[in-house]
Amino acid sequence: MSALPVAPPAASADAGPLGIVRTAVSRTGTMCLVELQKLRHDRTELVTRAVQPALWLLVFGQVFTRIRAIPTGSTPYLDFLAPGILAQSALFIAIFYGIQIIWERDAGVLAKLLVTPTPRIALVAAKAFAAGVRALAQAVVVLLLALLLGVHTTANPLKLLGVVVALLLGSVFFCCLSITIAGLVLSRDRLMGIGQAITMPLFFASNALYPVQLMPGWLQVINHVNPLSYEVEALRGLLAGTSARLTLDFGVLLVAAAAMIAIASALLPRLARG
Amino acid sequence: MTPAVRCTDLRHSFGDTVAVDGLDLEIAPGEVFGLLGPNGAGKTTTLRMITTLLPAPPGTVEVLGLDVARQRTAVRRLIGYVPQQLSADGTLTGRENVALFARLYDLPRRTRAGQVAAALDAVDLGEVADRQAKTFSGGMLRRLELAQALVSAPRLLILDEPTVGLDPVARESVWDRIEAVRAATGMTVLVTTHAMQEADEHCERVALMHRGRVRAVGSPAELKGALGPDAALDDVFRHYTGDALTGDSENGGMRDVRAARRTARRVG
Repeated sequence: MSALPVAPPAASADAGPLGIVRTAVSRTGTMCLVELQKLRHDRTELVTRAVQPALWLLVFGQVFTRIRAIPTGSTPYLDFLAPGILAQSALFIAIFYGIQIIWERDAGVLAKLLVTPTPRIALVAAKAFAAGVRALAQAVVVLLLALLLGVHTTANPLKLLGVVVALLLGSVFFCCLSITIAGLVLSRDRLMGIGQAITMPLFFASNALYPVQLMPGWLQVINHVNPLSYEVEALRGLLAGTSARLTLDFGVLLVAAAAMIAIASALLPRLARG
Repeated sequence: MTPAVRCTDLRHSFGDTVAVDGLDLEIAPGEVFGLLGPNGAGKTTTLRMITTLLPAPPGTVEVLGLDVARQRTAVRRLIGYVPQQLSADGTLTGRENVALFARLYDLPRRTRAGQVAAALDAVDLGEVADRQAKTFSGGMLRRLELAQALVSAPRLLILDEPTVGLDPVARESVWDRIEAVRAATGMTVLVTTHAMQEADEHCERVALMHRGRVRAVGSPAELKGALGPDAALDDVFRHYTGDALTGDSENGGMRDVRAARRTARRVG
């Protein structure tokens, strides 16, 4: 038996904002690695979660391509739709991440994590990016499916990197929204109900299925404050080459994700106590 | 010598319910200390204040001389915590479960793998470390959690009902590992339990809590001796907590019972 060390590792200089950022980056790496390890051991979720986006692409996408009901200019409807479904599948993973946090609270995992030398904000950021990693793995499956259906996408590595960043930021925002709701309602059942109640409205009040110009005025207003729309616009611009305000899109996603990390962090101790 | 834990006039309420009511406690470094009491006595709330899980309380808590209210991160680096529930991740392997906590405690990369292996060896899980935790028995899962808590070489190991739901053989194996590690490292062990026989056999000193206060502190032998020549620790418990064993536990006991039942179900 190798000997256990008798003294804890020396404390790193982790005081101050720079220390918190360094810890947040380190913890994010750790949580993302754990998420990848879980996916490696259990890939069934990737398959089961691919069913719904596959149906959207196969049924909705192909039917609406044939009837030409939604004008998308020179872009084929399936090419227009694929980035929306990509964002939707990431949204569905992230928005229910709060349920996992509540499970972790009930199983004592959250308490164990909170007793480690990790600032709350670093823990929430790490969890949110881990959700992003899971969403990315799912996005790869959806993207492969889209390619099989003949969707045209870019092969430019820089643009694909942009797709990864947009999906990560979108997932971080919706994951933290989910943790925030979990911190308010404190129960899995209520969070499940609220999650189901908000995901489809978020999806339909975005540009995922149809161009913004086709929406009635009131829906366009909601679309403008819906981060999912900025995520879809960025994904569509990068993958399908449609016009996109990439600086605005990434700016909105970055600010929304940072704000939601801060709000979720403030509610985490309440969730741990609840 | 600086105590491992010192609580002075510690108080905490949940709304109108007083969970901890002016608790004074001192635990010497290196001892195995048992916190006993019925459901709702305030044991878990006390642990949550010592482990920084609850906001800074009225009164003071010091861990190895550090003020929990002002030096939270430094205190966390000294603590290993095993909650009542079985909280290891079944999808991950034993090694991955322990490596997660090695990273969360910032163990240096060059020594990390060795320390993870040492922690797994210390709880006799070295040979099965690459199996998924969901294939482990209840006793193995508890020992895995012990390895998670030990990998950062804590100076204070805190265990909340570590043997709940385990069969007698698994219980003994958990205690054997706790005692072996304590002997090897000299760390302080703070444990809550309902099992009087375990407390009697394994704790050097115990505190009996009831209604948020410590009613008696001493070695099991001292407490039993004070009651009579044939007294057992169960009798001491009844003497200080009255009818608590028969169900007087309205103060937050439901959550404890639920957690214990959940854990018992998971270990089969």
